[in-house]
Amino acid sequence: MTADSTAAASQPQEGNVSRSASAGRETNPGKDGQADGAPASDILLSLHGISKHFGPVIALDGVDLDVPSGRITALIGDNGAGKSTLIKVIAGIHEPDRGEIYWNGKRVDIRTPHHATELGVATVYQDLALCDNLDIVANMFLGLEQRRHGLLDETPMELKAKETLASLSVTSVRSIRQPVGSLSGGQRQSVAVARAVMGDAKLVIMDEPTAALGVSQTAMVLELIQRLAASGIAVIVISHNLIDVFSVADRMAILYLGRLVSAGPASDYDRQSAVEIMTTGGLSERENGAHGAEAAV
Amino acid sequence: MAATNEPTIGEVKAPPEIEQETRADEAPVDPELLALPPDASFNEYITAWLKRVRRGESGVLPVVGGLIVIVIIFQIERSRFLSDLNLVNLLQQSAEFIVLGMAEIFVLLLGEIDLSLGYSGAVGAAVMAILAYPPINLSWELAIIAGLATSAAIGFAQGQLISRMRLPPFVVTLGGLLFWEGFLIWVINNQSPSNGGSIRINSATIYNIVNGNLSLAAGWILLAVGLVLFAVASVTRDRRRRAGGLVAPPLSLTLAKVVAVSIAGVVLVWICNANRAAFVGASVKGVPWVVPIVIALVVAWTFLLARTRFGRYVYAIGGNREAARRAGINVHRVRVFAYTLAGVTAAAAIIILDSRTGGVTTDIDGGQTVLYGVAAAVIGGTSLLGGRGKMIHALLGGLVIATIYNGMGLLSLSTDFQYMITALVLLAAVIVDAVSRRGQAVT
Ligand SMILES: Nc1ncnc2c1ncn2[C@@H]1O[C@H](COP(=O)(O)OP(=O)(O)OP(=O)(O)O)[C@@H](O)[C@H]1O
Ligand SMILES: [Mg+2]
Repeated sequence: MTADSTAAASQPQEGNVSRSASAGRETNPGKDGQADGAPASDILLSLHGISKHFGPVIALDGVDLDVPSGRITALIGDNGAGKSTLIKVIAGIHEPDRGEIYWNGKRVDIRTPHHATELGVATVYQDLALCDNLDIVANMFLGLEQRRHGLLDETPMELKAKETLASLSVTSVRSIRQPVGSLSGGQRQSVAVARAVMGDAKLVIMDEPTAALGVSQTAMVLELIQRLAASGIAVIVISHNLIDVFSVADRMAILYLGRLVSAGPASDYDRQSAVEIMTTGGLSERENGAHGAEAAV
Repeated sequence: MAATNEPTIGEVKAPPEIEQETRADEAPVDPELLALPPDASFNEYITAWLKRVRRGESGVLPVVGGLIVIVIIFQIERSRFLSDLNLVNLLQQSAEFIVLGMAEIFVLLLGEIDLSLGYSGAVGAAVMAILAYPPINLSWELAIIAGLATSAAIGFAQGQLISRMRLPPFVVTLGGLLFWEGFLIWVINNQSPSNGGSIRINSATIYNIVNGNLSLAAGWILLAVGLVLFAVASVTRDRRRRAGGLVAPPLSLTLAKVVAVSIAGVVLVWICNANRAAFVGASVKGVPWVVPIVIALVVAWTFLLARTRFGRYVYAIGGNREAARRAGINVHRVRVFAYTLAGVTAAAAIIILDSRTGGVTTDIDGGQTVLYGVAAAVIGGTSLLGGRGKMIHALLGGLVIATIYNGMGLLSLSTDFQYMITALVLLAAVIVDAVSRRGQAVT
């Protein structure tokens, strides 16, 4: 099933990533993915040995992860496993202590959120990171404002915001000009998701994008995630809802206490094995089999 | 039963309809009005607005109402309160509070405070006065620019300390308050050791900022130009929104606003253009220069906050600094620029004060002055917690403070009562703010 060690986890399995995924969904060859069909050409983002500590807490410990374009990578793990920290490293919020980041095969240092945005990373944060005092349009375009003669150009921003929210079937907001602080939790989450998918990002990261959403909105977000991937965008999704995860993910990456203990095509996992690895680091799996899975749940 | 033990967290529940009401201070158009259908009529807009007020979303209504009440009280006590002379006096007195309030709003919107603005502005004004005085005798334009630049530099330096070194603004600007007071005394005493700690305003133009009047015709012409610009800007904005398929208020509502502002403007110029001389046979009339200067400053800074990226980022940082950072905003640069603009505006305020009194002195109480600036902003409706406020609040709050000051003077009440009453008004303003916010659960 899955490899135990971090080092062995991602590399050997890259070969069947595209194959297994192409069975389920139309393949999307990377920019230079031509006759050779080398899977490496699909890799948009590659992390090597990423480590990060906060004081004595080791949040990330030598994480290796490849994120291919046109695929949905699910990042799962228990509370405090380091999922949010990992995506914050990618989004330029935390600088890693050690490790390298490659973007389209080129070494990059993502020092600021601005730099990440310039590369084409858009992120939905777990805490949403919205300004309660600003209205929906201002939040969706924060840092990306459209201007005309150097001044804010509200009309196109408002139209674009409306259109994006409608595509997420967010219809319950009273006015697109109301402050985000007056929205319900689900509406706020929809605004954060809309903000991330509105632009033309190459990598969309979503940290618990559906945690506060109702049935129809969750379905819309999941469908949207699939649409993003189908259009060639790399997607990283973090979720504790394994039903959702398994319904959309092409690839799995499982963090356990800051280490990436397992990664591979989603078809190599089922919910039980995923839970087992999430809760035990996968070490007891071989010996205990199904019994271990029950104990873990 | 492994199948039922799915580790799911995503709760399945429909999003509740939102009910909370809000104050969208920075929205270019009233959100409540935008919720109306695109073809809503004048009456529907008025109804929606009244509904908002009844729900406690009064915006600037409390301070306007409070101002009217204060005026009525003073008028009952002293019938000369509403005389032409006293009203113009009041406008001249309010200018420094209004402008200092605007200076403070740049920093308050960030959720911070600048206690040094009274003295850092005074240092700028002193530099201006020294440069315009013999032996240097610089032209008034250059002297003013140098004064503004000095205070800008002070704001910039303190902003750098606060933002780059992550020092608390309260402490840095409290230090600034002491330092620049000392610096002011040193500079003035050094410059004119024989004048007992003061430098006369040697430029007629600078003296006339507050004490000079426009000609009667110039007052009317300026008003007409201002009103035309306002009308064109309002109608153009609505038309652009409608052309883009967005909701805009009906033409009749916009015109009603233009008419209301026009009436206010005509009354203002009318009062200023009447002869207000205290002695029979003498003639003092015309709009004081400081009135259009302050209005222009309010419009310019309102525009900066509402229509530029810088302004948007000031609100964003005040609302959620971490979110602003994650959105890729250069938070350091915006904060330092806000402190710099506060410095420039504070210099303008103290230049106005010195123009009114005719000289720069070491006696100025910059510590108290800056608190009046904070009070003007807060009385007008700007939040001390950041993210909520508008330049118009300084205008309204400054008028309230000047009215109390002026009216108490007419009643010959001494400063002890002035301080206490001003404090009570400030308290009332903060209470109104707290009560109006209570309905809005901000997660
Ligand atoms: N800014 C921070 N300062 C100190 N410690 C931190 C910080 N951010 C995260 N940590 C620590 O790093 C570890 C990983 O946290 P992280 O937020 O990445 O977990 P997570 O996998 O996202 O968990 P959850 O599922 O609960 O969201 C935790 O032990 C946490 O306490
Ligand atoms: Mg997390």
